[in-house]
Amino acid sequence: MSVLDSKIPKGPLADKWTKHKNDINLVNPANKRNIDIIVVGTGLAGGSAAATLAELGYNVKTFCYQDSPRRAHSIAAQGGINAAKNYQGDGDSNYRLFYDTIKGGDYRSREANVYRLAEVSANIIDQCVAQGVPFAREYGGFLDNRSFGGVLVSRTFYAKGQTGQQLLLGAYSAMNRQINRGKITPYNRHEMLDLVIIDGKARGIIARDLVSGEIERHSAHAVVIASGGYGNVFYLSTNAMGSNVTASWKIHKRGAYFANPCYTQIHPTCIPVSGDHQSKLTLMSESLRNDGRIWVPKKKEDAEAIRHGKKKPNDLSAEERDYYLERRYPSFGNLVPRDVASRAAKERCDAGFGVNKTGQAVFLDFASAIERYGKEQAAIHGNHNPSKEEITKLGKQVIENKYGNLFQMYEKIVDENPYETPMMIYPAVHYTMGGIWVDYNLQSTIPGCYVTGEANFSDHGANRLGASALMQGLADGYFVLPYTIGDYLAQDIKTGKIPTDTKEFDEAEKNVRDLLEKLINNKGTHSVDHFHKKLGHIMWNKCGMARNAEGLKEAMTEIRALREEFWRDVKVPGGMNELNSELEKATRVADFLELGELFAKDALNRNESAGGHFREEYQTEEGEALRDDENFMYVAAWEYTGDPGNEVLHKEELEYENIEVKSRSYK
Amino acid sequence: MKLTLKIWRQKNNKAKGELKTYPIDGIEGDMSFLEMLDVLNEGLINKGEEPVVFDHDCREGICGSCSLQINGEPHGPDRLVTTCQLHMRMFNDGDTIVIEPFRAKAFPVIKDLVVDRSAFDRIQQAGGYISVNTSGNTIDANTIPVNKHDADESFNAATCIGCGACVAACKNASAMLFTSAKVSQFALLPQGRIEATERVLNMVAQMDKEGFGNCSNTGACEIECPKGISLENIARMNREYLSASLKG
Repeated sequence: MSVLDSKIPKGPLADKWTKHKNDINLVNPANKRNIDIIVVGTGLAGGSAAATLAELGYNVKTFCYQDSPRRAHSIAAQGGINAAKNYQGDGDSNYRLFYDTIKGGDYRSREANVYRLAEVSANIIDQCVAQGVPFAREYGGFLDNRSFGGVLVSRTFYAKGQTGQQLLLGAYSAMNRQINRGKITPYNRHEMLDLVIIDGKARGIIARDLVSGEIERHSAHAVVIASGGYGNVFYLSTNAMGSNVTASWKIHKRGAYFANPCYTQIHPTCIPVSGDHQSKLTLMSESLRNDGRIWVPKKKEDAEAIRHGKKKPNDLSAEERDYYLERRYPSFGNLVPRDVASRAAKERCDAGFGVNKTGQAVFLDFASAIERYGKEQAAIHGNHNPSKEEITKLGKQVIENKYGNLFQMYEKIVDENPYETPMMIYPAVHYTMGGIWVDYNLQSTIPGCYVTGEANFSDHGANRLGASALMQGLADGYFVLPYTIGDYLAQDIKTGKIPTDTKEFDEAEKNVRDLLEKLINNKGTHSVDHFHKKLGHIMWNKCGMARNAEGLKEAMTEIRALREEFWRDVKVPGGMNELNSELEKATRVADFLELGELFAKDALNRNESAGGHFREEYQTEEGEALRDDENFMYVAAWEYTGDPGNEVLHKEELEYENIEVKSRSYK
Repeated sequence: MKLTLKIWRQKNNKAKGELKTYPIDGIEGDMSFLEMLDVLNEGLINKGEEPVVFDHDCREGICGSCSLQINGEPHGPDRLVTTCQLHMRMFNDGDTIVIEPFRAKAFPVIKDLVVDRSAFDRIQQAGGYISVNTSGNTIDANTIPVNKHDADESFNAATCIGCGACVAACKNASAMLFTSAKVSQFALLPQGRIEATERVLNMVAQMDKEGFGNCSNTGACEIECPKGISLENIARMNREYLSASLKG
């Protein structure tokens, strides 16, 4: 048997979670008061977990690098959150959400985890409404839904283009209630820099106060890592500037296996790169594909003319446009999953049909939707013979109500009005499906160290469907972890407070101090950003939307060389005992430079194409991803052995008992 | 574009700060304001000087981290944007730009352009929530219908990003717009009515305790708010406060 025990409960799929909850140990309320839990990260997964654990009676400490928990990057999620409520009566069910998620993930996720996610999804909406999250509503006062990619039902709940913000503020308000009661102590502007393990169990962390620079010891009976994904290994991504892999990478180096690092989501609808100064990329929500049609010119001459400003997109008639998603995937059309849409955009641009100055963009056009909605509204208002102007005006109002903030954001960045001319979009790194390996209880391979949300690997397989990240973060934090962690903590009711004056804390603190001193005293010649940009360049070109064995081998060598150069030549101004944003960046980039190599190694190991991982050698004649179920239907969990290029692979074989494994088609 | 930047430099909370002048060249209109500062910092690091520290994170106008007072205006001359979404095309070649931290007694400077806005967190902790347990044992979401107009108004209030521009814009450094946005979000929803009395009293009390000034209805906060939070929220909070006080 593998060293990896997924601890999936026995019994029929639909009963596993209920049965598991009935079987596991509980901690009585009086004993919970004697147990401390550390939560690193205060986004949807961390914030919701912290609030619920505190409410149950545990003593919780939260850590975030931002100045307030409310600023965690979950705030930027736009489009919505899925839940199998079937309010639309369009045939949705727990099973269908489960099925869509497994298929969307290209049959590379765990059945039992995904079913549980679908099962608790409806409860998330009830919970959030009770907390006062202002979801969009219909005129009758009931909740509205919209559609997202890769599914045939409308199950996405939303709050305009700010769903993540509203859900995070909901979790933050639940945290605030517990902070006010003294059950959560928030450590904001703090960064975790190491994990402390005592007798094989996670017992605390070393954190740096980012304002004073002080290195602090914090002990606990369990540590929860909810620090998000590692998309910033690409330098340019839709992640926040501070988003990092450090907490995950530190626990990885202490014994937590890292699973499927090569599964990265490249989101199809982002604002294209405009120049070398660019510091980050901005997403345009997938929800726009409900109403926007994606196209490029049919003829190369037209694409060229548009690139050079000689033609405008609106000069081209419908016949002169190639609505390539509708052409290639008639049944899902513009709402194919993200990996499929991204590859299709890259294919058209590589073939010479791209439309902005760099040739790296496609159009997302709302003209048809504006006309359709305009006619509908005119009819509702009793105007059965509306003029073209009236239709356009009414249609634009509908679009503004649905996506107003996204259109405004686009206009501010690109300086073009998307109500008048089609948006230009291109794929960008957005989300990472890979992450720390966890079992059914969300526990990593280190006892007492739990990982939730984007930081773990568990639910999305090789590709995540839209509006499922918010669902997973909140499911983990509100409804899964608070149960499963109790099973582990039940053995700790007599442990008492964990002292921090032990040799394990000494060692971990020294480790951190050495790292920081080394960076400060290095006095090289190049800034941290210089190295980060170079790393991003390697990652995007060789580990991006299309990968091949040769490129991945080169990437491993180049990243290793870059890492060595970084340690020789990085320059970090300022001192340790002050607010030092360059030092913060340096510790994060140092970890990205290790993760990057493992990422390439994992991609090289996986000789198949699955979801977001596309190996050019493995594709169908039509250019679709070609899986190899016989050899690769497993989770690749990597064990750190002192060198990211030589990590040891452990396989968790995936078993499908309730779903027929098929080739994934959206045609 | 060639610009002259006058930037507030302050070593730490105890030190005295001052405006320092930095000439900068090669700035393009497509750069965001923070990308312009990235260029400046890269240059400073290469010269062996300490870079200018400023708060920023998502760089897409939603996290509320960035907080610069640019030529006397929070988030600069553009409307309905945060500093990270302000683009250099709003400026002209040869301009002088003065960059300071948000100024308010309740927002002490930590370093350079970074201020401490934890007073906002404490106002939220005083009552910015509905006291429901998060274990999921609530009622079906659609058993609480909400009038669409109220739901939309509640959402509009809830879009506040907590950046503090309202405080920085106000001559009294009042936090009424910020506080009233949260009070309004819940006051407009049936779920929020249950604790409305305690909520408004506790949040206003905390706001006063933090040292924010009073509201004198000049409306500067509404104009500078990057999310367009309406002054109507302040009026609503005043009504809520009055009726709560009469009850209390």
